[in-house]
Amino acid sequence: MSAFLALVSRDLRIAFKDGGAIGIALGFYLVVVAIVPIGLGPDLNLLSRIGPGLLWVALLLSALLSVDRIFHNDLEDGTLEVIALGPLPLELVATAKALAHWLSTALPLVLLAPILGLLLNLEAGAYPAIVLTMLIGSPAVSFLGALGAALTLGLRRGGLLVALLILPLYVPILIFGVASVDRMLSALEPSSQPLLILAALAIATVVLVPLAAAQALRVNLG
Amino acid sequence: MRLVADQLSAARSGRTLFTGVSFALADGDGLLLTGPNGSGKTTLLRVLAGFLAPSAGAVSLEGQEGEPGEHCHFVGHLPQSKAGLSVRDNLDFDARFLGGGQMNRVDTALAELGLAGLEDIRAGYLSAGQRRRLALARLLVANRPVWLLDEPSVSLDQASVDVLARLIAAHRQAGGIVVAATHVPLGLTGTTSLRLGGGS
Repeated sequence: MSAFLALVSRDLRIAFKDGGAIGIALGFYLVVVAIVPIGLGPDLNLLSRIGPGLLWVALLLSALLSVDRIFHNDLEDGTLEVIALGPLPLELVATAKALAHWLSTALPLVLLAPILGLLLNLEAGAYPAIVLTMLIGSPAVSFLGALGAALTLGLRRGGLLVALLILPLYVPILIFGVASVDRMLSALEPSSQPLLILAALAIATVVLVPLAAAQALRVNLG
Repeated sequence: MRLVADQLSAARSGRTLFTGVSFALADGDGLLLTGPNGSGKTTLLRVLAGFLAPSAGAVSLEGQEGEPGEHCHFVGHLPQSKAGLSVRDNLDFDARFLGGGQMNRVDTALAELGLAGLEDIRAGYLSAGQRRRLALARLLVANRPVWLLDEPSVSLDQASVDVLARLIAAHRQAGGIVVAATHVPLGLTGTTSLRLGGGS
């Protein structure tokens, strides 16, 4: 357990010290959400209708920008060799590193979402719904990203490949993330069903992805 | 404790590097791997560490539980430290992650490897030799019986090579096993030597 925490805290320390990954992800999120209303024109009703979906899509794209760093830097400077010889099984290594990515990048993106919602004229009730669905769905975003990063580890310029591999896997999260915001706000028949499915997807991802990612790491260490 | 390699063969991208490599090392033994570039010294060390599965044969560490790799230190060509973290933060992580948190060893390791005074410098600003000494400091921070060293003397000055020889001798004195790939004499005594490649 202490080795797990040591790895998580090391990755968090690197993320906040270097700053690059978080800054780029947050900046990209801001730019995408700020530029869409300019392209669509000043139709406030339209913006508030597509706002939740737009925030979700932009969150996925911003997170994708940073996921290939989860393992790549460690492979390049050799610290992955040290980690692989440690007491933690690679499954838990993958869990720790995906968790660190969630804490350092995905969580700040989720917390930025309501502020960016102001740019999209979201209705007042939508803010808690968006933050709640993103809090539940975003761990899956980080963990699937870690899987993509582990699969493309040995490749130069694997970033684009990660996007191609992982974006299709993000689709169910996107569908149920946006659907749960819609249904929570629905005046006719509010329901938490999509939210429960989103939570189930997130839990399954957090449990299953480390197994697959560890296998990919084993192959790429050789 | 015995580190046994039994009829190991290994291939990289279809090219067989070595076949039928066997040895057995007991407490306090040292093995020097020699041979020309590309003869498979690094590959053999990576097989011993468990990073790479041998194409034939097996590695076992008798007298220890679990995988052999869990009882090994591997110092390779890569820096094995985070450029963005300070020297002390790097070693603190190694101590917590590998060594079960014996933090008092960090200061000893810093002093032994001549890194005292550089604790707060980012590892990325160290010279190549200092960065190599930081990787070697990990050997002292976490206690592991088997040291796998891949050309550990690269970019070290003569004084540091002497320190390394002393550390290896002390480790073997304490019952540890050292396997080192090297092109230069490391000043070790009582080691056996295994030559790879060149038709042997």
